[in-house]
Amino acid sequence: MKRRKVIALISLAAATSTALIACAPDDSPTADGAAGQGETLVVYSGRGEDLIGPMFERFEAETGISVDVRYGDTAELAATILEEGQNSPADIYFAQDAGALGALQIEGRTRNIPENLLDQVDPRFRSREGQWIGITGRARVFAYNTDMLDADEVPDSIWDLTEPEWSGRVGWAPTNGSFQAFVSAVREHEGEERAREWLEAMQANDPQVFRNNTSIVEGLGRGEVEVGLVNNYYLARFQAEDPNFPVAHHYPSGDVGSMINIAGVAILDTTDQPEAAEAFVAFMLSPEAQQHFAEGNSEYPLIAGIDPPDNQLPISEINPPDIDLSSLEDLEGTLSLLQETGAL
Amino acid sequence: MELQSQPAKAQFPPSGRSRPPLFLVLMASLVAVGMALPLVYLVLRALGIGVVDFWAILQRPRTIQVFFNSIGMVLAVTILSALIAIPLAFLTVRTDLPGRRFWGVTSTLPLAIPTYVGSFALLAFAGPRGSMLQILLEPWGVQRLPSIYGWTGVILATTLFSYPYLLLTVRASLQGMDPAMEEASMSLGYSHSETFWRVTLPQLRPAIAAGALLVSLYSLQDFGTPALMRFNSFTRIIFLQYRASFDRSMAAALALVLVALVGCILWLEYRARSKAAYYSSGSASQHQPKLIPLGPWKWLALAFCSLVFLSSLVMPLTVLVFWLGRGMTAGQSAIDLVRAMLPSAVNSIYGSGLAALIAVIFALPIAILAVRFPSPLSSLLERLSYIGFGMPGIVVALSLVFFGANYARALYQTLPMLLFAYLVLFIPQGVGTLRSSLLQVSPSLEESARSLGRTPWQTLREVTIPLVRPGIISGAMLIFLTAIKELPATLLLSPIGFRTLATEIWQATAENAAFTQAAVASLMMLVVSTLATLIILSQERLSRNRE
Repeated sequence: MKRRKVIALISLAAATSTALIACAPDDSPTADGAAGQGETLVVYSGRGEDLIGPMFERFEAETGISVDVRYGDTAELAATILEEGQNSPADIYFAQDAGALGALQIEGRTRNIPENLLDQVDPRFRSREGQWIGITGRARVFAYNTDMLDADEVPDSIWDLTEPEWSGRVGWAPTNGSFQAFVSAVREHEGEERAREWLEAMQANDPQVFRNNTSIVEGLGRGEVEVGLVNNYYLARFQAEDPNFPVAHHYPSGDVGSMINIAGVAILDTTDQPEAAEAFVAFMLSPEAQQHFAEGNSEYPLIAGIDPPDNQLPISEINPPDIDLSSLEDLEGTLSLLQETGAL
Repeated sequence: MELQSQPAKAQFPPSGRSRPPLFLVLMASLVAVGMALPLVYLVLRALGIGVVDFWAILQRPRTIQVFFNSIGMVLAVTILSALIAIPLAFLTVRTDLPGRRFWGVTSTLPLAIPTYVGSFALLAFAGPRGSMLQILLEPWGVQRLPSIYGWTGVILATTLFSYPYLLLTVRASLQGMDPAMEEASMSLGYSHSETFWRVTLPQLRPAIAAGALLVSLYSLQDFGTPALMRFNSFTRIIFLQYRASFDRSMAAALALVLVALVGCILWLEYRARSKAAYYSSGSASQHQPKLIPLGPWKWLALAFCSLVFLSSLVMPLTVLVFWLGRGMTAGQSAIDLVRAMLPSAVNSIYGSGLAALIAVIFALPIAILAVRFPSPLSSLLERLSYIGFGMPGIVVALSLVFFGANYARALYQTLPMLLFAYLVLFIPQGVGTLRSSLLQVSPSLEESARSLGRTPWQTLREVTIPLVRPGIISGAMLIFLTAIKELPATLLLSPIGFRTLATEIWQATAENAAFTQAAVASLMMLVVSTLATLIILSQERLSRNRE
């Protein structure tokens, strides 16, 4: 009996070490492998590999600087950088929304980005102090189920959604970062009291609570809700999986419901290779990368001269209200407001 | 032979006090230090906020409501799991149920389905509108199914994918149980059912308590299912602090409240189980118990097994295969996807396999100390080992980020660090199963070995370990199946570029709506887990045949 157990353990150990040998050469760059062989940038990325991985590879090929990426959740990676303190191995933080970048800036964990890079991007889409910069734009939109609604029935303002006729028909995701950035924008644009009024009216109108944008679009496709407050680039991915997916976009004009947020980067204060980090930011703003983000990911390019994604309104025609993303740092206030109105 | 039910202290060898062997104490202390790290971190962080702020949050009606929501959910999930797991374990181990081995394997496998994947599948299957079930019923005029969101969904999804924690613990205990006592009961004229209620069930008590503990702590700290099912659980509030305001101090303070709740559950379980020892005073030569003939009850038993099988395994599988099929008709190649994910699958097997091995090795001293050398200290140690499992994964992961980056720079974000995180998170699964197995082994056997001149180390290797084999097997399996799904620690603490099937699923569903990819990764995880389960169960059978 004892022998059997030993055999079992040995075979388990053997299986795992075979696995190690099998995967070690091509798949697991170890921590020490990173040091010493030329320059290596460590990027903490809150954006998925499918979305930005190809551009990291292009950057490596063109500059000879290698990039090690840790993929994760935007907020969790920000918390990780804060916990790591001055021992953080990360050089660059690539975030899904402006709020997370602002949080690192407030804690003094970001470095100045040079003027020549900042100047490429509209001041609305970068830190006022030059501590972070937008790489792509993402518009908030009303997505709707095309089987249940005609295009002219879709509401044209966030205030329409509070009408009794939309009771129980609207999906939102109050825990989601993009949604919270949008609420910050409502506070900034319409004032604290109007924002509270809107949230209370929405709350009284039986909104359907979803986990995130993906699950809202999924729910829209199934017809669980008719209108959803989401970002502009999710739908394209559902349609890639299912061309008959019954959802379309509507951009409420001149309304905070179509505000534009960003995905962007910050160079961290702990980096020991600022030039390489700046080269990285420059590459992400190059026409090649911007074009890829627009075509491959349906996101808005933030530099001049690149076409907007297919089937989406150009950023200039969305006519979003003029909102400075740097002014959206008060997430704390947004969170309290959401909690006080019962949305969270 | 008799069922001993003296207080635990009676297990001491009559010769008086015995001291635990040094190597056991050293190993256990090492684990204790690891377990204490998240707690120390939480206290450090929580000091960063004012008492007034903390009190204000605690007193919010919403916080209180959410706290009670969590308690209600934990109770419901645990009771439901017990109602599924105990009969299933008994049927598959002790009766002549047709296809015993098949049910034995398949009833374990839902553990290999991450609850977030299972919940997603459950919504696609039985959501109120546009789900498979609703479309199927549409010809009969069903436009909308009753909503599954909220209590129903969260209880259903959590139970369906976490009852195997209880099942495996109870199975191990049933297998390690000396059938002599049941035979004695039968020979005294008790029927099968009387024997079950009076003899078998009481002996299963430590295993049921240990398994229920795992289920309840798992449901308490799970985040994915409550979020998808739109249920306000306490974990959700903690996540909000991280996600929305990057407020680590408040999150830590709230996590400490959760730790207090975990402490209450641990205390309850301790009270529920610690009265008796469950070994027979006779020799260790166990024999296979006779299988109980089910007779006409067979059909009811089969219906029950099929219902569990259909809802916890076939349902999510159907949805996954549907996603896969849809992606393939849209032109994606499943073979390419599988090939692309092979390295991740290898990493998953490697990481979880090592985690299972290491966690079982370190769980053994804790279980032995708690059972053989009971003292306030060893009980505390054993209870402490559950802390990591009862906390949201992100809290444990961030605490290790903090200590790793600042005090163990050389190890930070290396494989040993990740394995250490798995150890902190999953060791109680080994401790629980080993403990219930140990309780079935009479200490007189170990004493005999010692009196025959064996050293404590030899006794452990030659007597104790072979006898607690069912516990070792179940524990290793539980840890493997849980570690393969782990996400937050894997994302933050693994070596850069170390992808697992769990991170692939996460990548495919978090920002991307790549359901085909998610389906491929989930199915591969299921295949790997099935193979692991089969290998481990065949070991189990081999050893029984040799006896």
